[in-house]
Amino acid sequence: MAIAIEMPKLSDTMEEGVVVAWLAEEGQKVEAGDVIAQVETDKATMDLEIYDDGVLLKCVIAEGDSVSIGGLIAVLGDEGEDISALLASYESGNSVAGSVDAPAKESAPEAATPEPASARTAAPVAAPVSASTPAPVSAPAAASAPVSAGRVRSSPLARRLAADKGIVLAAVTGSGPEGRIIKRDIESYSVPDTPAAASGAGAAVGIGRLEGTDSYSSVPLSQMRKAILRRLAESKFSAPHFYLTADIAMEKAFAARVQLNVLTEKREQPKVSFNDLVVKACALALREHPWVNASYMEAESEIRFHKNVDVAIAVAIDDGLITPIIRNADAKSLGQISIETRDLATRARAKQLQPDEYSGSTFTTSNLGMFGIDEFTAIINPPNACILAIGSIRDIPVVVDGAVVPGKRMKVTLSCDHRVVDGATGARFLGSVRQYLEDPLSMLL
Amino acid sequence: MAELQFREALRQAMTEEMERDESIFLIGEEVAEYNGAYKVSEGMLEQFGPSRIIDTPISENGFCGLGVGAAMNGLRPIVEFMTWNFSFVGMDQILNNAAKMRYMSGGQFNVPIVFRGANGAAGQLAATHNTSVESIYSTIPGLKVLAPSNPDDAKGLLKSAIRDNNPIVFLESEVMYGMKGEVSDDPDYTIPIGKARIAREGKDVTIVSHGKVYWSAMKVADRLVEAGYDPEVIDLRTIRPLDIDTVTASIRKTNRCVILDESNPFASISSEVTYQIQERVFDHLDAPILRITTKDTPAPFARNLMDHYMPSEEDAYQACLRVMYAK
Repeated sequence: MAIAIEMPKLSDTMEEGVVVAWLAEEGQKVEAGDVIAQVETDKATMDLEIYDDGVLLKCVIAEGDSVSIGGLIAVLGDEGEDISALLASYESGNSVAGSVDAPAKESAPEAATPEPASARTAAPVAAPVSASTPAPVSAPAAASAPVSAGRVRSSPLARRLAADKGIVLAAVTGSGPEGRIIKRDIESYSVPDTPAAASGAGAAVGIGRLEGTDSYSSVPLSQMRKAILRRLAESKFSAPHFYLTADIAMEKAFAARVQLNVLTEKREQPKVSFNDLVVKACALALREHPWVNASYMEAESEIRFHKNVDVAIAVAIDDGLITPIIRNADAKSLGQISIETRDLATRARAKQLQPDEYSGSTFTTSNLGMFGIDEFTAIINPPNACILAIGSIRDIPVVVDGAVVPGKRMKVTLSCDHRVVDGATGARFLGSVRQYLEDPLSMLL
Repeated sequence: MAELQFREALRQAMTEEMERDESIFLIGEEVAEYNGAYKVSEGMLEQFGPSRIIDTPISENGFCGLGVGAAMNGLRPIVEFMTWNFSFVGMDQILNNAAKMRYMSGGQFNVPIVFRGANGAAGQLAATHNTSVESIYSTIPGLKVLAPSNPDDAKGLLKSAIRDNNPIVFLESEVMYGMKGEVSDDPDYTIPIGKARIAREGKDVTIVSHGKVYWSAMKVADRLVEAGYDPEVIDLRTIRPLDIDTVTASIRKTNRCVILDESNPFASISSEVTYQIQERVFDHLDAPILRITTKDTPAPFARNLMDHYMPSEEDAYQACLRVMYAK
């Protein structure tokens, strides 16, 4: 009995996935628990594990192609088994094997494997397409080949052009038949931010400007960029944001951190960072302010108060950002928060996070202090009610008891979803955060 | 320049050459008294007399052999086949004696002979009278194979063929004999053997063809231009030696190729051109090379089946769109 392997929902926000690499070949015997492919979601690259024993009869999706959740990725079964009816059922968009009489032709299940939208939008058509093109009559020489996965399809010219330009073919979305990468795909592709490409482009741009021609390069949206685009636009356009900024005195936190890191060094633990202190302060404050540790639930028309305090930390990675979570941060020690944060950030950059490590937060922090940013406003990470934007710690003159003395100040800005949090609620929360940071010993009580 | 029919251009080429060189003679079925089955040699008996315009019995093996022997002994025969389908009767003389004599005699004998006649399909002539022979003869080392598509090329190439010291297979078409075109009247007008002609310059796709089917290629090109594309059309003119350099130069520009060939598909001119393209400019190809040929069957008699059998302009048009990824 053939078993259809469908694109699973690997994260809450995932809508489609890209088969990055096949780890098993067609015809290979596989067992339950084997990882047969790697799938890129909007957040991470994950292993695709199977739950049955059998022979991998067909890899339906080519490497680099994407498919919606529920789309057919592969077929598992007994050796030599006829899977045409199964393929046909997906082709007709009917995942229930209702049409067993479907013609037993070897055909690509196109209905189940929509081309990634980017393939259409990112590839400018080299020649104009006539609107009056008559109904296509298939040329006799070329019967459509069945989809076979396992390699990047590309024309010889595309391969040569890619080699000349130093483009990795796997990174290019093919717009030819069955995702074949062709000349126009290479021409419309640009390597993101490599120094070589940048210097090369720079020279060309210089000449282009003199001649007044437009010059640009473009790159197709990655799954992660699509997720950022969708979720943050949704947040910014639907959640009415307002912003509260506080300037927090950090002298005591500074001193406390020095003392703490004497201890961490003795214990051979990673150092406690200012960010760890802020996360801990937020976590304790969230415990005191349930309206901030809450979510607006549109479908249910209710406000949900979270019992756990799960603080997400925005981590910048190569082609975007991700928000791994310190679970129950209010109950964890600074040392524990420090260890977990470092581990999550490292694995986030390697794209090795599991979905439960970055989904389901109740509050988010974002820190640009290390870039010398004094203050900024962040977009709320749905379904959180608030996000805290953390600026740098500045050495500035401050007035203490009527005298100007050197001081350390850190500006934090709380973005609040006004559907849940009102001005006074947010201000009181920020007051608690300030209190913990300005008197760090209070975090120990 | 004068506007001549294809048959008149051939006659002019033969006449001019025969006036220039007394060793040239024309031999074949109905070439003399009947003025040629397709009136190519009309008036030539009157001008040159029965010793140089010679009617034969229906005996291809005999008069091909006569031609080869005459050529080996210093004459320059033009052997006309009523159609190339009948050449198969004399094939041993063409493939073994004409093609290989110079090689086997260690260069002692040249065989300056032109075999010419109507090639390919010409309507409802059924299975044995519709063969395109170019792939059969061009596979034989020692033969040159020419296939002009218009009166001017016909004249220039036939004059080059008559002057060439090697055996030549010269392919005409019943359908084209009445075709008119401007033809050079320079008595020394020749077109070099082995040079293709770029009939239309373009940058989006290279269409390669030769002989009669070239005109289909041009119609396909016109349709592509109407649809906003810029096709390049190459008329091979000489099948062998093949001017692959002109083809590959074009593909370096267009990256795509469709071949129109009236041969049956297996081991055909399109097969060979495709092979040579991928051998030389593989890294310049952005799409598989597609070809449109006759179907892989004997030619049918019924009109509707014959229409289906012949290379279709619609198929060729669609093939061009496919290699351009335009559909």
